[in-house]
This record gives sequence, C-alpha cells and structure tokens, in this order.
Amino acid sequence: MSEKQYWKGLEELHDTAAHKEVVDNEFADSKLPLADLSDSLLGATAPRRDFLKYLGFSTAAAIVASSCEMPVRKAITYGIRPENVVPGVPLYYASTYVDNGDAVPVLVKTRDGRPIKIEGNNRSALSMGATTARMQASVLSLYDVARLRGPRLNGKEGTFEAVDRTVSGNLGKGGTVLVTSTISSPTLLDAIGRFTAKTGARHIQWDPVSYSAMLAANEASYGRRAIPFYHFDRAATIVSLGADFLGTWLSPAIQAKQYGMGRKVSAKNPRMSRHYQVESLHTITGAAADRRATCRPSEMGAVAVALYNAVTSGAASNLSSPALNKLVSQAAADLKAGRGLVVCASDDVNVQNVVNAINNAVGANGTTIDWGTSNNTKKGNDADMVALLAQMKAGQVGTVIFHGVNPIYEWPNGKEFADALAKVPVRVSTADRLDETAQACNVLIPDHHWLESWGDAEPRSGYYSLIQPSIAPLFKTRSLGDTLLTWAAAGTSYEDLWKSYWMGRLGSQSNFDTALQDGFIEPGGARNQQSHATTAAAGMAAADTTGVPMVHTPAPAGLTSAPYSGNIGSAITAIGAAPVSKNPEFVVYEKVSIGHGGACSNNPWLQEMPDPITKATWDNYATLSPQRAKSLNAELTGINQVDPAKRVVSIKYNGVELRLPVVVVPGQHNDVVGIALGFGRDPKVGRASADLGKNAYPLRVWNGQALSRANAAATIETTSDKYDVAITQTHHSYEARPIIREYTLGEFAKDPMHLYKEREKELGHYAALPWEEHGGAEGHGNAGGHPSGPATEHAGATGAEAHSVQGVSGAVMAAAGAENLNASFGPNGTQQGGGELEQGFRENGTLYPNYVSPGIHWGMSIDLTACIGCGACVIGCQAENNISVVGKEHVKLAHEMHWMRIDRYFSGSPENPDTIQTVFQPMLCQHCDNAPCENVCPVAATPHSNEGINMMTYNRCIGTKYCANNCPYKVRHFNWMDWNEADCFEDNTYEDYRRDDMNDNLTRMVLNPDVTVRSRGVMEKCSFCVQRLQEAKLEAKREGHPMEDGAARTACQQACPTDAIVFGNVNDPKSAIYNLRRNGQRERMYYVLESLHTLPNINYLSKIRNTDVKIAGTAEDGLYQRHI
Amino acid sequence: MLLALVLVLGFQQASAQVDGKALFQANCASCHNPLKDATGPALKGVDGRVPNKEWLHKWVHNPSGVIASGDKYAVDLFNKWNKTQMTAFPQLSTDEIDAIISYVNSVEDKKAAPTGTSNAGDANANAGANSWIYTAITVLLLLAVWVMWRANKSLKRAAAEKVAVPTTKEVPFWRNKITITLLTIVVISFAGYWLVNGAVNLGRQTNYMPKQPIFYSHKVHAGINQINCLYCHSAAEKSRHAMIPSTNVCMNCHKQINQYTGAEEHPLVTAEGKTVNGTAEIQKLYEYAGWNTDKKDYNRDAAGNILAKSPEWVKIHNLPDHVYFNHSQHVAVGKIPCQQCHGNVEEMDEVYQMAPLSMGWCINCHRQTSVQFANNNYYQIYEKYHQEFKEGKRDKVTVEDIGGIECQKCHY
Repeated sequence: MSEKQYWKGLEELHDTAAHKEVVDNEFADSKLPLADLSDSLLGATAPRRDFLKYLGFSTAAAIVASSCEMPVRKAITYGIRPENVVPGVPLYYASTYVDNGDAVPVLVKTRDGRPIKIEGNNRSALSMGATTARMQASVLSLYDVARLRGPRLNGKEGTFEAVDRTVSGNLGKGGTVLVTSTISSPTLLDAIGRFTAKTGARHIQWDPVSYSAMLAANEASYGRRAIPFYHFDRAATIVSLGADFLGTWLSPAIQAKQYGMGRKVSAKNPRMSRHYQVESLHTITGAAADRRATCRPSEMGAVAVALYNAVTSGAASNLSSPALNKLVSQAAADLKAGRGLVVCASDDVNVQNVVNAINNAVGANGTTIDWGTSNNTKKGNDADMVALLAQMKAGQVGTVIFHGVNPIYEWPNGKEFADALAKVPVRVSTADRLDETAQACNVLIPDHHWLESWGDAEPRSGYYSLIQPSIAPLFKTRSLGDTLLTWAAAGTSYEDLWKSYWMGRLGSQSNFDTALQDGFIEPGGARNQQSHATTAAAGMAAADTTGVPMVHTPAPAGLTSAPYSGNIGSAITAIGAAPVSKNPEFVVYEKVSIGHGGACSNNPWLQEMPDPITKATWDNYATLSPQRAKSLNAELTGINQVDPAKRVVSIKYNGVELRLPVVVVPGQHNDVVGIALGFGRDPKVGRASADLGKNAYPLRVWNGQALSRANAAATIETTSDKYDVAITQTHHSYEARPIIREYTLGEFAKDPMHLYKEREKELGHYAALPWEEHGGAEGHGNAGGHPSGPATEHAGATGAEAHSVQGVSGAVMAAAGAENLNASFGPNGTQQGGGELEQGFRENGTLYPNYVSPGIHWGMSIDLTACIGCGACVIGCQAENNISVVGKEHVKLAHEMHWMRIDRYFSGSPENPDTIQTVFQPMLCQHCDNAPCENVCPVAATPHSNEGINMMTYNRCIGTKYCANNCPYKVRHFNWMDWNEADCFEDNTYEDYRRDDMNDNLTRMVLNPDVTVRSRGVMEKCSFCVQRLQEAKLEAKREGHPMEDGAARTACQQACPTDAIVFGNVNDPKSAIYNLRRNGQRERMYYVLESLHTLPNINYLSKIRNTDVKIAGTAEDGLYQRHI
Repeated sequence: MLLALVLVLGFQQASAQVDGKALFQANCASCHNPLKDATGPALKGVDGRVPNKEWLHKWVHNPSGVIASGDKYAVDLFNKWNKTQMTAFPQLSTDEIDAIISYVNSVEDKKAAPTGTSNAGDANANAGANSWIYTAITVLLLLAVWVMWRANKSLKRAAAEKVAVPTTKEVPFWRNKITITLLTIVVISFAGYWLVNGAVNLGRQTNYMPKQPIFYSHKVHAGINQINCLYCHSAAEKSRHAMIPSTNVCMNCHKQINQYTGAEEHPLVTAEGKTVNGTAEIQKLYEYAGWNTDKKDYNRDAAGNILAKSPEWVKIHNLPDHVYFNHSQHVAVGKIPCQQCHGNVEEMDEVYQMAPLSMGWCINCHRQTSVQFANNNYYQIYEKYHQEFKEGKRDKVTVEDIGGIECQKCHY
C-alpha cells in the first residue's frame, strides 16, 4: 500500500545536506545562466553605470529598430499544385519504420510536403499503433545535417555513373561480399538474390547487437534458425532472464503493446499477468516486473538450469542469493500452471537451449510462442562475420559492400577489422553519413532515409508492411535495391520491382492501392477500430473486451507449436562446467534512447532524453551499484548525487582503456558494471555525437558462437579525475510528498476500495456540507438535491443525495462492491467524470464559485501500472510541440524543456539490489481547474479555458517565473536562452556546438508549423496538444456533428505503446475517460496532491504489482523511515 | 396602392434574378461572361442560339454525352472552342438552369448605361466649401472676442491707474504658472497619446498596398467578371490558409483569354496613376505558367512536367507568427463573408489591407458574432445554452460564449 517510501535517488533517501540545499533553493542563483557574464559584466568596476548605458542603448536601439518598415513577406505558391495537396492541411502516409531489421508499421504526418511526425498505425494487428522513443525521433534523423549529400568516390564527390563503373568493373575480381544488417524485406531480398546470382556474391546478415546464440539454439532445438513470434499478451506468467523486452530486446514496440494488454487491471477484473525478471543491470523491464532478482551475467546459465529443474522435477535451487532461489521456485510454480513464457537475452547457446527446454516443458510452444510465424527482425550470424574477417585478412575478398552495419565501430576490435578491410580493393558503404566504416570505404553510395524510400518489410512471417516515401529524396541518394539491380544489370528499377512484386501478389490495382493506403498486408486484414486502444483501456474490463486471455481463461487456438529436440543434457553439463566469475563483470547494453548507435547517436532529441533508469542525458557512463561505487571511492561525497561531477573510473580490456564517469544505480547487481553502446562516435558522424562518451563495443567477447555482451576479463580501477554528467534526477523534487499509490494485486483484490476510502477520509467531509444536507437548492450546486425539487444544473446530484456520504460507510461500500457504488451515481450532473466525492470537494473545498464548462471539458488519465517508463511520450511530445533541445550544460542547470517528463522512483534498500522496486510516473502540466500558477501571473499570461485547459500565452508572458514558483507539480519550464533563433534579435542564439544543428535550416524543417517556436524569456508547459484538439473540433464543426471520442488524441497518448494514457472529453458520457473515472477505474483513480484543491484534470491510476511481497512497505524491515 | 404593386413586382423580379445570379457566379462565372466570350462563349441570348431548351438542359447536365451522340450543333460548338469541353453540371435542376439563363439575358451592357451622377458630386463639393467658410468666420469671431477682452482689460487697468488704485504688475501669459501647467499637461497628453498610439500601431499595416509582380485586378476578375472568391482561393473552406492559386488555375481561363479587352470600360490604373496594359500583364502570367502562346501549349521538361513557376506575390495580410488563424473555421464553419475582413475586394484593382488585423479587432468581432448554433450539430454539446434558448433566457450564442476570446484559441 501507500506506506512505501519512494526516493528518486540516494541523496533523497538519505536527505543529504547538499540535496536539502538543492531542494530548498530550486531557483538558486547558481542555476542562472550568468556564469559567463558574472566576471565580465557583473563583476566590472562600474556595473551600475554600464547597466544604465546598456539600458539606454538598448531602449534607443529598440525604438530605432521598431520604427523601421515591416519586412516584406512573399507568398510563393506551387507552380502546378498537386491535386491532393492543400497548403496547411496535413497528409498522412502509411509507411514502415525500419532500423537494423526492426520494422514497425507507422503513419507519417506531412505538412506541405515535409514529414514532421511519426505516429503508430492503429489499424495494424501486428503493432496496434505502438511506437518507441527511437521511432518518434527518427523523423529528426531525416533532416540530419551530417547526412551525405551524394555519392563519393575515393573521398571526392562522385556521380552514380562513376561509382557504378568503378564497382562493376571490379565485381568479377576476387570474391564479392554483401554485408547487411538483418533484412526482412521480400523485395530487397529478391534484389539481393538477383545481384548474388549474377555476380556470384555472398550475402551476410549481421546485427551489431547479437542474437546469434538464440538463433543457434533454436536451430539446435527446433531445427530452424529462426526466432519464433512471442505472444506476451497471451502469457499469464512471463519470465525474462536478462531480456529487456520492453526497451531494447527484439521488437520492443510490439512487445510493449502486447505486455500492456496483459496488465490492464481493474476492480471488476483484478487479474493481470505476472512478470518475473532476473537481470544483472537495472532495465525498464526489470522496473515493470512484479518480482525481480539480480545475478551476475555468468550466473544466468545456472538460473536457467535451476528454473528448468524446478519446472521438470521440482528440485529446489541452490543459487547465489536467497532472492534468486525464491524467485525461481515461485516462477516455476506459476509456469507450471500454464500459459507461461520464458525469454532470455543470453549470448550463450547452452543457456538459450535450456530456455527452449523450459518453454517446451511448460507448454509455451503453441500457447504463448508461435512457431507458425517467426519474428524476422533478427537473423544475423556473428560466425559469418568472423569468417569474413579471416577472408579479408587473407586477401580473398575483392569487393565488400556494407549496408546498415558499421563494423569498424561495432566490431569488438575495430582496428583489426579496419586493417583487414584495407586489404580489400573495392569497399562500398551505403551509410547515410561518414561513419567509422564509411570513412574507410572508397565508394560511398548513401541510401535513402526510410521516409524517402519505396520498399517493404516482413517483421513477422505473413505480416507485411509497406514503405512509401513521404518526401522526395533530399539529397542525391540511391536505395540499396537500385544499386544492386544496376550492378546486376537487371534492367528494372527497385521501385518497379517492388511494385510488380506486390501487384503480382495482390492481384489488382485496387488491392494494391488499399494495401498501400493501409500500409500493411496482414492475415486478418486491417483492424477497424481506429481508437481501439482507448476504448479497450477504458472498458469495464479491458482484458475481456480485447480478447486477451488472462489467468483462468482457456487459451485460444491459433498458435503453432514445434517439436523440441534439443540436447538439454549436454547444455546443462556445459553450463555447469562454466565457472561463475569472481571478478566484476562488465555488461554492454543498449540504451532505450540510443539503441545500438547508428543515426540515433547523432539525434539531439534522443541524446537529451533522460535515460529511464539513470535519468542521465548526453553521455554514457559506467553504472555501478551503490556498494560497488563506494568500494571504488566513486561516490564522492558519500551518498550524494546532487553534484554533477562524477568520479571517473578506468576500464581496461585487451589494450583498450575506457575512462568513464560513474553513475550509481540502485537495483543493479553489486558485481556488475554496465556501459551503454552507441557513444564514442567519430566527429564526422555528426555534431551531437562527436567524441561524446566512449565506445563500449570493444568490451564484447567472441565466445565461439556469438559476440557476448558480458565480459569478465576487464578490470576497473578508480582515478582521481571527475567528469560532469547531466542528470535530471534531482530536478523537480516533490520532497517526498505522497504522490504515488501502490498496491499489491492481493491487497487490491481484497479491498479495491482502499484508495477510495483513503481519499474519502481526506475529502469526504466536503461532499455534503452539514448545513446544506436538508437545505434548499440555493448556493452550491451540489446541494440541489431535494428529491422533489426542480431540476438544477447539477441534476445528477439528485440521485446521489439519497444516500449521503455519511450514510454509506466505507465498510458498506466495500461490501456492496463496485457495481452497487457505480449504480448509485446518476449519469449527468457532475464534472470531470468524477462522482460525488470529487464534486463535493470541487464545490465546497473553496470559497470561490464553481465554474461549469458548458461544452467540452478535457481530461486525461495515466495508468501507473501500464506505464513502463519507455519515454516514447517524451519524444512524441517533443516532436509535436517543437520543444527545444537545450544541451548538456543547461540540463545540468535544470533547464531542460521537456513538457512531459517521467519521474522514476525507487523503493527498497539500496544495499540490496533484490529489494529495489521501481515506479515510473509521467508528469506533465496537470491543467488544474483551480491552478495556483494562474493566480500569481501579473500579466494574465496563463489563464484558464472554459474547456479546462490551463493556457499558456507566450506572447503575453514577461518571464517573471512566479507561475513556476507556485506550481506544486513543477511542470513549468522557462526559456533561459534563445534556443531556436525565435526572436528578432540577431546573434543571441544559444550555441554549444552539439545542439547547434537544431537551428540549421535543414533541421528546422521538422518543426510543427501549428505550434509557436518559443523565444527567450517566456515560460512554457504542456498545452494538452491544444493544436490537435482545435483541429479535431474544427473537423467536427466542418462536418457538422459532435466530436467523437478518440477524434482528439494528444501526442503522448498516441505515442504510448501500452495505452497507459486515456484522454477525452469528460463531459461526454460516451467517452472513455468519463467511463474510466466513474465506472471502470473508479477504485484506482486518484489525483496527485489532491488535497491542495488544485483540481487537476489529469488523474492517475494506482500502481498494482502482481506480487505478495511488500518491499519497503512496513516499518519492520527498517526501510520505512520518516517519509509519508 | 399602385406604388405598392410596383414595389412587390419589382421585388419579385429582383429575387428571381438574385437566384440566377448566385448560381451563375457559383457555377458558370469562372468560364463564362454574359456579354463576352471567355473560356466559353458569351451566354446572353444563348437560349435563342441553341436548338431548343431541352437541348440546353441536356447539354449542361452532360456535355460530353451530347457531343458523343453526334449532335451537329454540339460537335460544331466543340470544334469552334478548340475542343475544350465544358464541365458537366448534373446537380443543376432545369429550373436552376432556366434561372441562370434568365439572369444572363437580363444583364445589360454597362457601356450603354447612362451616367448621371455629376450633380451629386457638385453638391458635395459645395458643402465642402461652405464648411470652410463657417470655420473661417468662427475663427475670426473668436479672435474678435479675444481682442475685445484684452482691450477691456487694458482699459480697466488704465482707469485704475488714473484713480491711483494700486494694481499688481501683470505677468505675461507665457510666464503664468497656470498657463505653463496647463501647457505641460497638454503637451504630455498629446505626446503620450501619440507615443501610445504609435506603439500600438507598430507592426500593423492597415491600408498596406504593395506592388505585385503581376498587376492582377480583383475588380476585373471578382467584380466585373463575377468569379467566385473560392474558385481561386479554394483552400479557404478546407485549410488555415486561403491559398493563392497556382498558375494552372489562372490558366484554366487564360488559355483562352489572352488579352484584356475591357480597357475602355475599365482602364487599369495603378495607385500612382500609371496606366497598365492588361494584355501585357497576361503575357507575364504566361511567362510564369510556362505557356507557349505560339504552340498553345505548356513548355515541358523531358519528363513531361510543366515548367511553371510561381510569381513572387507580396503577402498583404500578415499575422504575427504567434497567431493561429484558420480560414476554414471562419469561412466554412462561421459562414463569414470574405469581405467582412478583406473589404470589398471585388472593387479593388490592387488589393490593400482594409482591416487593422489587430487583436482588439478580432476580439470585438468574436464578442459580437453569433455562431451557427442552430445550424450545426456540433453545438449540440452545449446543452446549457440550448436549455436557455428554450427557456427564452438567451437569444444568441456568440463566439465568446463558447470560449472564443480565450488566449489559447489563437495563441499556441
């Protein structure tokens, strides 16, 4: 329950002096961006006179400037306007996001010919509209200034004819090898087939982050080198051994969607999947888990074996920690109950083999694992690359073509690879930029960005997704398909090949057009419900309406099993023979934001997105557990993380030294060091990534079958250096006020009304004022419930009056159950979709009169159980609302501008990683109906709308920041600098090199023309995506019907892969948000800091964890301290 | 009685004509002129030219069908007009077609119409001269009063000196403290008024009338030739932008109309008084549109794309970047006539900015204008207002009532 103690970091848990100071001085002078001025200007001998001079001069200058003539603005039209293009009206194209094999159907929003936003494709049954932060940000990579502008030959600009001549002339000489990342596109594979057939070339697929062990184990176990399609939505028990399947592993967008479907819990349906996580680092998947334990990477095999034994023979396990033993025995029991699913990210074939055996033993094949279709997004084979390296060294390769891979950066020993590559006469790269490998190539033929391409993908067998361009290629680029077809002299263009392939398969032009319009071809056809997700989330029992089978319901048929024929005995023996390391182990991992690197490394949005767990931006670092950090003297001031200066440690392996700052992560295993991939890029990769952090790929080890992410042979030692890491963790502190409500599933099922009763205890006495109970209909509307009285504005109170709050005691309510409770509220007459409690508090908790929204009243609900902290909403919001990137130095000063942030709270003992439970809370402007910020604005720049929106008017704001000081939610952000050349003054734009490309004319094409670009000196905050709401309203008005629920969706809601966010008009009894607040989720609903009578328009749903273990929730375990 | 009858008859006739006129403007005016050949033939007297009325109805409903049927008149017509086919209007009823015909037949050639307004102009001029005379007389009288008052004062003073009554020395009026105070207040008030007004008007461009790359006369197109605004600015009903048409829209008509023949009845003159050759301006359009007048076809590149480019029109109505304005909200939803904000564009040769486009101007209109409350089902959700209507407590719902003067309706 809510007695848990939450803390954002160790400094808050221990409430250090430095932390206190930061919290007390949220707006301290030291955070003002005046550091560079203080010496020259403020510290000058006569600053006052200088000030007056500047004042006089600038006033005069402003007068002179303003007396000038208005600029002449030109209106340039289309020469010939394309018929379907109307300037100012967005066009949406269905396409497919592709990155390194991963492929997700999306919609691309274009305005006046420019793609500006990526949205999930709700109609696809595969993705169901899910997106990730990287997908949301990929539109920015289209406008990346560092992209190559055309083909290059031997370091100089070339033409396609010249590069074609060079390559074609050499194709016969020596072997030709085409190295690509995983390709699932049937047309591209066809083109590759034609190319290899014609030239005798060899095609190798290789993924920078390896899935080779898994593929090899599946080949051994099932005779197929493939990854089956997992159904997290159908699983009652999910066990993940190190797999971050919600953040980075395999197909995170699709998996997060499925996972979210199994986690929709309500009082009527108090059931959800149970998720066990064993991991060595702390991932967002671990944070979402119901039960979590940590182990060394080298012990993962033993855990898998123990689980196997427990499932098959019921043998008790003997692992390194009691937490692991307990978790294994519980997980085994749950798995045996049916519909279990075990996934594993190990790079050891034997471990994967044991996992296959477990899945086979618990009957997962055919229940939660579909062998009838495969997940085609990862097919790479590390062994092929090892062989290629040997061939190149031996001079047996004449031509090598790299597509989607960057081995000089991504191979463990990049120098070795570069030396071998130098022996190849013709080296071709299709990289979009001068990355590390492209620099070593003599022929560069940059490929299109996916937003400029024709193509297709088959992420799951039988589920095709089409790629259509939403903009003509910006530069002289050419698709790999066209390049290969040219060299194969195939006599057709890739586009024609693609079209004829699909025309052939689909049979007719109209089928083709439909498929292109949908963006996909799937066995079930397009899903018809546009707003399926919201309806489902808000329904009385989500699991029932979406057809998601939950515990105790029989599994639907339709999945295909496969016979397991692995050699489990030898695998167990091999695992047993491998020693569990005694040294610290080093794990390289993918950040949720950056992934394996690639274009994401140079994406300022992603670089500035706080890591979900560490909350760090703009860097990679060595993550350590608090105890390990202490032993390395890396905690600096004991337990203080407020200071951005972090101890630098030196990590050495195989002649490579990485000097990285230490970031302390509670919940990480004590003997593990985590380092993120995708950093330490060459300066030519782009400004944002140039020499930022260190490259962690060299820490990987070739274990004979795969490139292992874990390394036990490296060493770590402390240094005397310090390095600043910009961490947002301590910004926006709530000073431990109770803003998170958490229950175990058991507690919730037993007493669903607990939270409601707690709220009632606090607010209930407002519901009906004693002197109004039997009074007339005058005064506050709530009292107008005289049974025979005339209908008032709040007619619904009539029904509620029959039993006042005192009449229905908590016990009676609980006994009566939710249904009875719901039935007692009338259909109309209350605002916010809330019931009597909210309404009474709203009206009687203040002296001021209550304002009733006449038409629309917007409201949002955020489900803390469904939220996985992935950050898709943060980037979706940034793309939609032109939110500025401020750069590392200003993140350090707490000047980040994200309208939506995800607060991450730990609970548990920092000394024991197995006790750590982590909760995410998305925080954005709560749009309070009684907003503290509105009252204090001296210029009325932030008033309230009749639709319940707390409006922010930039052109009126004079930057006093009173509103930010008075906001209890700390969601207002001030523009300390001119981030975007938004004002008329020249030369005052903030520049820090890394983020400067954001102001390039090319990159600025990503800006949403419907949203003002804010200038220096104004406050800003979440607007509820008012431009989308206005557009939806206008469309309904033009068509002459009331706005439908789901017509207006905020960017964060659109982006969320788990449907944690529901948004709509709470005045509309048919809306999802109305039903959620009054019926579906009444018991779990609460408002943050509700007792302040701020009347937020955003409610949260309590966090429910499917566990009976209450960590840090009681006084007995010593973790319950002074808070709450 | 007789007068009333005449009025009623006249009114009826007028209403019939309005109907036909509106239909003509909405459907036909982009290609036809009642009096002159345009993209299509002049329509006045068309019912006398064509074989019969039924033929005309059939033709309007489906011209290509009539041509395909081999009808001789139709085929000849088709060939005569360079095989340009007329758009079909199946949605027009026969009554509506007849109304259009009776309208075009009723149009009189304005050249023939007598002009007789010079007397009124003289009268106005006389009135103007009179007011100057009155002003002069008033000033003279005031002067006389002042002189007399001074004389009176001087005489009194002289009289007082004579009888040796002590008098204070007169302070000249420019050193009089009251005068100085009053003067200061007046100067500060005027300067303040001037400054504040000047500051308020910063960035406003009322009466802005820039020179455009082509002397495009809205009066000729929208006024004399009655082309509907939305024919060219077609996005005004769909988008936030009204949209300046691309050159191919101009060419829909100007493929046929290659010279300006109205110079006599309406000479084109710039604001500076320079006469403009309309035909030369049409030639400029051909340059931009990539139209080859000799070949009577577009210039095209190798791929067959028309080599057209946009004139660099100078934008007249500018809003600051932090203002969101949506044409479709006002035109399609609010049913506001274009002229309300843009002035009588159909009477302007060169368009200028009529309205101040200031926030006060917007807000005032939002305060006064009723929304289409009864005619648009969207507004069903405002139950409270519907109830008040029913109870007679309310007679209109203004834009303000539904939140139309809130900041974030236009600033986001």
